[in-house]
Amino acid sequence: MTGKPAAAAPLAWRERPIVQLTLARFREFYREPEAMFWTFVFPLLMAGGLGIAFRSKPPEVFTIGVSRSAPAADKLMEAFARNTQIAAHLADDTTGNRELRTGKIALLIGTAADGRLAYRLDDTRPEALSARRLADDAIQRAAGRQDPVTVGDELVRERGSRYIDFLIPGLLGMNMMGSSIWGLGFSVVDQRRKKLLKRFISTPMSRVDYLASFLFSRLSLLVLEVIVMIGFGALAFGVPLRGSWLALGTICLLGALGFGGLGLLIAARPKTVEGASGLMNLVMLPMWVFSGVFFSSTNFPAAMQPFIKALPLTAVNNALRANMLEGAGFAQIWPELTVIATWLVVCFALALRLFRWK
Amino acid sequence: MTGSPREVVLSISGLEKRYAEVTALAGLDLTVYAGECFGLLGPNGAGKTTTIEICEGLTEPDRGEVRLFGLDHQSHAKEIRARIGISLQETQLPEKLTVVEIVSLFHSFYPRRRPVDEAIAAVQLNEKRRARVGTLSGGQKQRLALACALVGDPDLFFLDEPTTGLDPQSRRQLWELIEQFKAAGRTILLTTHYMDEAERLCDRVAIVDHGKIIALGTPRDLIAMLGAEHVVEFAVEGETGLDEAALVLLPGVAAVRRQNGRYQLEARTVHLTIPALLALLQRDSRTLTELVTHTATLEDLFVHLTGRLLRDG
Repeated sequence: MTGKPAAAAPLAWRERPIVQLTLARFREFYREPEAMFWTFVFPLLMAGGLGIAFRSKPPEVFTIGVSRSAPAADKLMEAFARNTQIAAHLADDTTGNRELRTGKIALLIGTAADGRLAYRLDDTRPEALSARRLADDAIQRAAGRQDPVTVGDELVRERGSRYIDFLIPGLLGMNMMGSSIWGLGFSVVDQRRKKLLKRFISTPMSRVDYLASFLFSRLSLLVLEVIVMIGFGALAFGVPLRGSWLALGTICLLGALGFGGLGLLIAARPKTVEGASGLMNLVMLPMWVFSGVFFSSTNFPAAMQPFIKALPLTAVNNALRANMLEGAGFAQIWPELTVIATWLVVCFALALRLFRWK
Repeated sequence: MTGSPREVVLSISGLEKRYAEVTALAGLDLTVYAGECFGLLGPNGAGKTTTIEICEGLTEPDRGEVRLFGLDHQSHAKEIRARIGISLQETQLPEKLTVVEIVSLFHSFYPRRRPVDEAIAAVQLNEKRRARVGTLSGGQKQRLALACALVGDPDLFFLDEPTTGLDPQSRRQLWELIEQFKAAGRTILLTTHYMDEAERLCDRVAIVDHGKIIALGTPRDLIAMLGAEHVVEFAVEGETGLDEAALVLLPGVAAVRRQNGRYQLEARTVHLTIPALLALLQRDSRTLTELVTHTATLEDLFVHLTGRLLRDG
């Protein structure tokens, strides 16, 4: 068919449509500094910010006030001084009450009408209840209480159970979803709007090559995204990586393809970027909320769990966490992988059927 | 155009297309032969783009038949696409890619192809090889679009309004390119609403209006249909009109029209018509405010046939 002899053979791979189309995708991506920022830098900033905000803190210290008029106020102060979790100070009644109202202290110890000790607190504030428990303990012990059962504390502060450990896999999943859906959806719709799709299909270009080029460029960028996010988590916060790389790679690959399919499906029809953007938000918003990115999806009522578990991002996040934090292998994560694979197949089949080239 | 029997490259018969309320095509027939440059000339909305997009396989007709190289789009889409080169009216090529990258991309799609550098050289974009599309001028973008068509070494070019919106210099550059394609023996179907473009480039022209061909022939034959080679255009002072019956009787005048307060005389013999016209105006004590004569053009034919100007649409 070709007019030229096979002289150009050594370069032939570069002349293949799939290679040229994929190269074009890459070039358009890395020549767009904003896309680079949102794909690589922004997720890291978010992980860093949240990691610092929710870093593990030393045991909390509760500030309590002791009214000068309370019975044996100085004895109480002595008892509190021995407890490192209590920071107590003396105050007169008026000041003490004002400090309690404005939340400066969690608990005010004063005198009840009958002359006994009284704890003043707002029982809807969690720290007030903790402060009351600690203060009461200290007072009773100082007064000579003997506990019937003696217990010793063994402290376990293990990597993997902190908030940042929960967060990094969630952000990785969310980032995969976002860059697949945005990356694919916007590019396709933009090319449709600019009539480039129309121009392409008036050539002998294979439509499968065109769609595949989006997946290839997505997957290559995915490798970078995963390395950057996991590397950042490990280096900056010591987030563990207990599972096998093979299982992790499979989750990421399948997840990115599944979200890619979802992106193509969203981009199958819209003629404007605005229309596509609305659809994308509609699809992604429930997953941001329900799929356990920032907090565990088990917080939602049991009745909603089957729906939540069927969402692709829930499956990706759960599988990533099981792999990274618990070292789970294929034997444990196959149900999640099945959910993702189902989304992948259904979305692609629908996208290919609905896709509008003109 | 030489040699017989002439090979038919494109044949269209009974083409009809409706969009909701608008009839874009109302039974259009057309034959384009190998090696000719065929022009579809008409105002905006005449059905030119619809016709060309049906030929390209981008739009389905409601009725009628299109054959390219004797093949139809239903059964031989891929073969047809490999043999046609297209410049769409509204394609925006990716701004972030360079000239050579885009031509290489299109190059990869075609089974029979011309070298990328050759296509770029043919449209005189050598110096812009590494420039991003976003930095190109309108004329350079149009030339790049032609390179994307050229690189597939097509047997038939479809150029939809190739020079619309370009400055005069870019238009002339593009015309020279199209003339080179013609000289190389390629078949071209182009649409335009510029009569000068059609007259300069096209071997044959079909004048399209309301989805139908209202005149067909070489530019020279079409102009000859007017029965007059010249047009005398003039205007007079004052609100009262002139007696058109008297104007028709002036020597050499074939027809009279009045448009936007100006008179147009289709004239065979300007040297007789003008003195007679001046004498007539003097007799009626009317003052001439404007007098222009020009050689008859396709525009005059269009006005003659439809009573409207091409650019009015």
